[in-house]
Amino acid sequence: MSAQIDSSRPAKPPAWRDPNVTAMFFQVLVLSLVLYVIYTLINNTMMNLAARGIASGFDFLSTSSGFSISETLIEYDESSSYGRVFWVGLMNTLLVSFLGIMLATVLGFIMGVARLSSNWIVAKIAMIYVDTLRNIPLLLQLFFWYFAVLRPLPKPKAAIDWFDSIFLSNRGLYMPKPIFESGFGLIWAALIVAIIGIFFMRRWAKKRQEKTGEQFPVLLTSLGIIIGMPLLAAIITGFPMSWDFPELKGFNFKGGMVLTPEFCSLLFALSIYTSSFIAEIVRSGIMAVNKGQTEAAYALGLRPNLTTRLIIIPQALRVIIPPLTSQYLNLTKNSSLAAAIAYPDLVAVFAGTTLNQTGQAVEIMAMTLSVYLGLSLLISTLMNWYNARMALVER
Amino acid sequence: MKLIKLALATAITVTVASSAVAGPVLDKIKQKGFIQCGVSQGLPGFSNPSEDGTWSGLDVDFCRTVAAAIFGDASKVKYTPLSAKERFTALQSGEIDVLSRNTTWTETRDTSLGLNFTATTYYDGQGFMVRKDLGVKSALELNGASVCTNQGTTTELNMADYFRKNGMTYEPVVFEKADEVVAAYDAGRCDVYTTDKSGLAAQRTKLKKPTDHMVLPETISKEPLGPVVAQGDDELFDIVKWSIYATIEAEEMGLNSGNIAKILTNPSANPDQLRFVGKEGQLGQNLGLDAKWAYNIIREVGNYGEIFDRNIGPLELPRGINNLWSNGGIMYSPPLR
Amino acid sequence: MTNQTYQPGQHPNLPPPKNLIGPVAWIKHNLFNGVANSILTLLALLLLYITIPPFLDWAIISADWSGNSADACSREGACWVFIKVWFQQLMFGRFPGDQIWRIELAYVLCIASAIPLFFSVVPGKVKAFIVGFLLLVYPILCYFLFYGGMGLEVIETPLWGGLFLTLVIAVTGIVASLPIGILLALGRRSTMPIIRAICVAFIEFWRGIPLITVLFMASVMFPLFVPDDLNPDKLIRALIGVALFSSAYMAEVIRGGLQAIPKGQYEAAAALGLNFWKSMLLVILPQALKLVIPGIVNTFIGLFKDTTLVLIIGLFDLLGMAQSASTNPEWLAFTIEGYVFAAFGYFVFCFGMSRYSQRLERLLNTGHKR
Repeated sequence: MSAQIDSSRPAKPPAWRDPNVTAMFFQVLVLSLVLYVIYTLINNTMMNLAARGIASGFDFLSTSSGFSISETLIEYDESSSYGRVFWVGLMNTLLVSFLGIMLATVLGFIMGVARLSSNWIVAKIAMIYVDTLRNIPLLLQLFFWYFAVLRPLPKPKAAIDWFDSIFLSNRGLYMPKPIFESGFGLIWAALIVAIIGIFFMRRWAKKRQEKTGEQFPVLLTSLGIIIGMPLLAAIITGFPMSWDFPELKGFNFKGGMVLTPEFCSLLFALSIYTSSFIAEIVRSGIMAVNKGQTEAAYALGLRPNLTTRLIIIPQALRVIIPPLTSQYLNLTKNSSLAAAIAYPDLVAVFAGTTLNQTGQAVEIMAMTLSVYLGLSLLISTLMNWYNARMALVER
Repeated sequence: MKLIKLALATAITVTVASSAVAGPVLDKIKQKGFIQCGVSQGLPGFSNPSEDGTWSGLDVDFCRTVAAAIFGDASKVKYTPLSAKERFTALQSGEIDVLSRNTTWTETRDTSLGLNFTATTYYDGQGFMVRKDLGVKSALELNGASVCTNQGTTTELNMADYFRKNGMTYEPVVFEKADEVVAAYDAGRCDVYTTDKSGLAAQRTKLKKPTDHMVLPETISKEPLGPVVAQGDDELFDIVKWSIYATIEAEEMGLNSGNIAKILTNPSANPDQLRFVGKEGQLGQNLGLDAKWAYNIIREVGNYGEIFDRNIGPLELPRGINNLWSNGGIMYSPPLR
Repeated sequence: MTNQTYQPGQHPNLPPPKNLIGPVAWIKHNLFNGVANSILTLLALLLLYITIPPFLDWAIISADWSGNSADACSREGACWVFIKVWFQQLMFGRFPGDQIWRIELAYVLCIASAIPLFFSVVPGKVKAFIVGFLLLVYPILCYFLFYGGMGLEVIETPLWGGLFLTLVIAVTGIVASLPIGILLALGRRSTMPIIRAICVAFIEFWRGIPLITVLFMASVMFPLFVPDDLNPDKLIRALIGVALFSSAYMAEVIRGGLQAIPKGQYEAAAALGLNFWKSMLLVILPQALKLVIPGIVNTFIGLFKDTTLVLIIGLFDLLGMAQSASTNPEWLAFTIEGYVFAAFGYFVFCFGMSRYSQRLERLLNTGHKR
């Protein structure tokens, strides 16, 4: 063994062993590969489209559609354009996703808390609810709610009715629709004033509590204001509102509001399925709060109810929100299963009917995917913002 | 295993082969040795899978006709069941070679969708089916009804036109798959089921008690149904078109799967018959096919009348306008010469 | 009352007070401690009374169990004859009846070779051998058994169906998504900005779009994007779609595990002179994967349930078969039986997986928690 040691600076390693160089080389290689794949895909698609004489471009968006859609939130008829169809579908997707998220959150929180209930039977029922529903595919639940529940419902002529104003049949749930007459604007204004008032009252109550420690019945007062103000306005204006009652005419009910079986089953399936996941998230969030916190709260003399509301939930929320976000995302994406049961959502009317009538698959799928990607981005951003607000501020 | 193979294949094609130009579909068909034929997911009389997975029906028989013409063997077909929504995209993308899925021939489809309609194999029209106990006798009494139908069909458009024209309202309930339409109609979700009349007759057999339902007399549209190919391959287009005409021509000439073999050995047959079976002339050569292409079609699948009776007969639909022109219908083949 | 006295240490063991043990005390403590809880209990009991007896009556007491056709159904309860008649289709789709032994053989092989893995007496080497067999040899064997070739009759994939198809899609998706997910997770944590950006874009793309659109594109639009001569089977394209889709979710789960490994572990591995791949394979991943087993299994369960969506692109999995069977004219009104049976099938697998993951979690918990 020669003990000769080179005392000069170590030689620079050869390029293929220099981590910086290899990393750069590797990255360039992967990037060019990815770009090449993308280029080939686009190139192929263009070539194939051209070779097969398929129309391309977005001109079709302004041509009239010629078909009808059962449920629309915005004005639409057969002479509206395909662009309009896109918006109709998008609105329906947003509606069912939004309501689904609300319902799933409420149900999920109830079930999550119920699983931790000290009441044995309630805890067990919640457990069965969660374990059953999260282990059965959503599509199956959707079909179940649609076909299995639809079948036993009566025909419109034999509809189940409550007070001759609410009718349940296999055409849906028909309810009276409020018609706002002139002067109703005042009631809306009262409602808005009430909401603003509550906002300021809460700030005031919080400040007072921080200063004096006295609590103010915020919830009760808020309820009082939000019901009382519009009611007062209504009394002053003399109830400028009438009801449009549904009525059986010919084949079906006319007038009123309707919740179609398609909408209901989609909403039920989405929110019940997602609520079983949210229940688990809520449960683990609550369990993640240190038991010492509860004990400390009891030691301070807080009642169990208040402990849950003021101590446990705020801390649990920090653990709950990130996974909750992905559940909201899932629910929104899962609303696309509407296509299977005739609810006119974006995938059904735009990526379905419109695609078939115009044949412009590439453009339509690109638009549809962008919408879902955009929605995902929007929900993540909103929830991240909320999460940042709720996050533990450490000193 | 196949996944690995595919990953390899993808890697190789992506790196080695650059942009490949869509070659003629016919070459691809001949190379792989079978036709990929798009059919409906289950419509009795047109394309219906049996329990062991074999397909039968009018649409299926025209796929077999093309296979018989190209390969001399009607069994060289693979079927891709498609929903109405998927069918054109599948044909445009090259997922299937021929679409034979009771598809209506319209101008838009023939042009901007990049499709070529070959010939009509069944002249149909849209109708309405209702429960008998509803007491409806005419489509004009359907104001306010809920109507179930399939997504992405001309039916959806015709229905909108018809109701608008007659100043009536309706509630469309539009499903992606025909099975779901039947299930929803059967569950009472809709008062009316609308599609092509042949389709109604076929779907009626899928209901619990077919006799409880009736098809209304009105026919609200023209629905010429037939096989479709993608634009860009004229040879395949010709072959599919003339395969269909060959079955019609054979019926007119009185040739069928039973007697056609005799023509081959009968030296005193008519010249047009000899031309048909490939003994004379060069019809096959013109299409780039075997001289016995038409003979193979009739021997393996039968003439139009046989195909019709075999598949549509059980639905108890009259032959009507689908009869030969010489019998009062409008089935008419350009001369094979 | 006796006033007996005892010497210290001589007092006999008395039973605990009556009001603290026994069913009555348990009920009092767990169900009726307080007004609110009592009301809840009564409501819950009412709910059970409304749902359970009619369901049991429908599913068991009034149900029809024997017979071979729809005529055997009395319509008073469930008609399980429906399931009996369609059982083969529900399990194997339209796979030819005389070839079903091939699927059964594959099932038996899988179960038989996997059983030793569950016993701790089996030496590690044998287990490693078995795992190697299951991951490398078994898939090839299955390919020939299911598809055909090597002297076996070729069974085209459109004939595959039922629970068998569900399992094929789920297992392939699971096996494929794990390695892709690991690579993506590593890429997302990489220090190389371009790699990271590509991985983030890939993951977020797949997580942002609905599976149903993925399957639609895979089933009918795929040939539009690639050269003409590349046209794999529809099932394979669906498999790739499912695998890519779930690999993005898998990547996020694994990333969580990677983030939970203390920095010291990375540094220690580097100090030992391990290169990147060795330190990942030998030090980081085994710990990270162990941490996220629940998440991985949850992704598997999600994937298993998502396989139902293939029915929308015309493949007949368990749900698709159940639905198709109930559109048969003779059996038109038996939708509920079909759904209940399919639900039961999915439940067994998903619930089993989640229970197994809980067991595994306890088993592998070698103490990261302080």
